[in-house]
Amino acid sequence: MNLESDKPAQHDEARRYFLKQSSLLTALALVPGPVVQAASAQFDETVAAAFEKVPLKLEVNGKKYKLKVEPRTTLLDLLRENLNLNGTKKGCDYGQCGACTVHVDGQRVNSCLSFAVMHDGKKVTTIEGLADADKLHPMQAAFVKHDGFQCGYCTPGQIMSAVACVREGHADSEGEIREYMSGNICRCGAYTNIVAAIQEVKNGGQKV
Amino acid sequence: MNQFNYIRPSKQQAAIDAVAKDGNAKFIAGGTNLVDLMKRGVMAPQKLVDINRLPLTKIERQGNALRIGALALNSTVADDRQVRERQPLLVQAINAGASAQLRNMATTGGNMLQRTRCPYFYDTAMPCNKREPGTGCGALEGINRMHAIFGFSDKCIAVHPSDMSVALVALDATVLVSGPKGDRRIPFTDLHRLPGDAPEKDTTLEPGELITAVDVPDGPFTKHVSYYKVRERASYAFALVSAAAALDLDGTTIKSARLAFGSVAHKPWRLTAAEQMLVGKPATEETFRQAAAVAMQGAKAFKHNEYKLKLAPNTLIQALKTAAAA
Ligand SMILES: Cc1cc2nc3c(=O)[nH]c(=O)nc-3n(C[C@H](O)[C@H](O)[C@H](O)COP(=O)(O)OP(=O)(O)OC[C@H]3O[C@@H](n4cnc5c(N)ncnc54)[C@H](O)[C@@H]3O)c2cc1C
Ligand code: FES
Ligand code: FES
Repeated sequence: MNLESDKPAQHDEARRYFLKQSSLLTALALVPGPVVQAASAQFDETVAAAFEKVPLKLEVNGKKYKLKVEPRTTLLDLLRENLNLNGTKKGCDYGQCGACTVHVDGQRVNSCLSFAVMHDGKKVTTIEGLADADKLHPMQAAFVKHDGFQCGYCTPGQIMSAVACVREGHADSEGEIREYMSGNICRCGAYTNIVAAIQEVKNGGQKV
Repeated sequence: MNQFNYIRPSKQQAAIDAVAKDGNAKFIAGGTNLVDLMKRGVMAPQKLVDINRLPLTKIERQGNALRIGALALNSTVADDRQVRERQPLLVQAINAGASAQLRNMATTGGNMLQRTRCPYFYDTAMPCNKREPGTGCGALEGINRMHAIFGFSDKCIAVHPSDMSVALVALDATVLVSGPKGDRRIPFTDLHRLPGDAPEKDTTLEPGELITAVDVPDGPFTKHVSYYKVRERASYAFALVSAAAALDLDGTTIKSARLAFGSVAHKPWRLTAAEQMLVGKPATEETFRQAAAVAMQGAKAFKHNEYKLKLAPNTLIQALKTAAAA
């Protein structure tokens, strides 16, 4: 472990091998208590450099996690690879398709374009967290009713984006919906039915 | 992706010091541009200084200007009541960029400093003086459909892709910067630079300088404004050409005007000569055509972007017509 603050991490092969072998998440219990407290109080340079992995507190779909992650782990990869929440999809991995859309503190974002550590202390909602136990969220039900998909790959992102679109007040007309849903690409071209589903939810006046 | 150290200072000075002292460190705000470039190996900082804990999100009045914090999100700025009332051109420009999700992440400072979308810059197998000085410009003799028609050099013909910046340059904004040598203010026109012999430098910022806010002065441009963006699909695409137009009208006479092009040069392209030509003229299509002709003086195309010589003036005329009718 690199304990000196200003030196970049060493890149020797043995270390790489070790990093590959060790799982991405390590129990926070392994880190001495005071260091963790210092880290969350003010994440200063000295403490940061002492870690290869960075502590991260996250609430995902109502469940609290205390994690340690490599800084280069994106929020998308954390959700899919480490928390086994693979409802959120990786389409392009470059912000161009919207398949990875989740809510962070209630706002829709592309989880592929930010590092998980940047969301310390935040609340994340994924498609898995949308339904109320066995009862589908109204947007999920509307997508089913209107066939808002074919292959379904873009659907989790579409639904998360659609819910936000209605909550933001950007679903007042077909044109507005199309504009504010443009960050979600559907290669199957289910757009007409997606718009219909969103309009039904918007006009139905249910709480979304 | 390369490994990097990650720090998240809560003090501005600590953030500035961290980047000023280490040539391989970068600030990260929304991450929507930097993470993309890091994934592709175009940029490989060894240290990221996350500035999201700094108190730079406010939008407030400061004298006769609106001061927008560098960390104010694009979506927050576009939805802000004061911004909507006083600077509708800025709202239109922001909303013309990216997608709703990306605007929820993109920050005011990061948006200005986003890098070119030139495919040669993005492709690490290709030569690019901006990415790797001295390797040559792949676009010069390559596919240069999206490239500059103004202000380029034989070292680089890339364009700046930001929509928001086109409105800010037109509106005489000023960038507030804090750095190792103290604070300074940069007129928005001077923030971005032309490529010249050093296309690796996008801006006039010094190492370690942090953008803290942008001041947008009050003006008469609260009604007759238009950001007109032409792209290859209706939404969620970078501009081929865009034009910002803001008019102050007395009846049908133009009292003053602010104009700028986007995606035609290495920087957002202010059109002062055309603005001056409009003063005192009637707001008619004929006048707008004359202004567009002035705006296009000195434009020069490459093999694949000749269409911009026609598209750019037409886009400006359309922006002016839309602004006048607003
Ligand atoms: C698919 C896609 C489509 C897009 N379409 C458009 C479009 O149509 N129009 C458009 O304008 N943009 C578009 N964008 C670009 C987007 O607007 C930018 O990525 C975003 O604005 C960058 O802001 P950020 O906060 O995420 O920056 P970051 O990625 O965090 O940072 C960008 C750069 O700025 C530096 N930086 C950030 N903040 C500061 C600061 N305060 N002081 C000093 N340096 C700083 C960073 O070091 C980095 O070099 C698109 C992006 C994607 C991925
Ligand atoms: S996977 Fe994130 S936008 Fe495509
Ligand atoms: S349903 Fe197949 S991509 Fe949208």
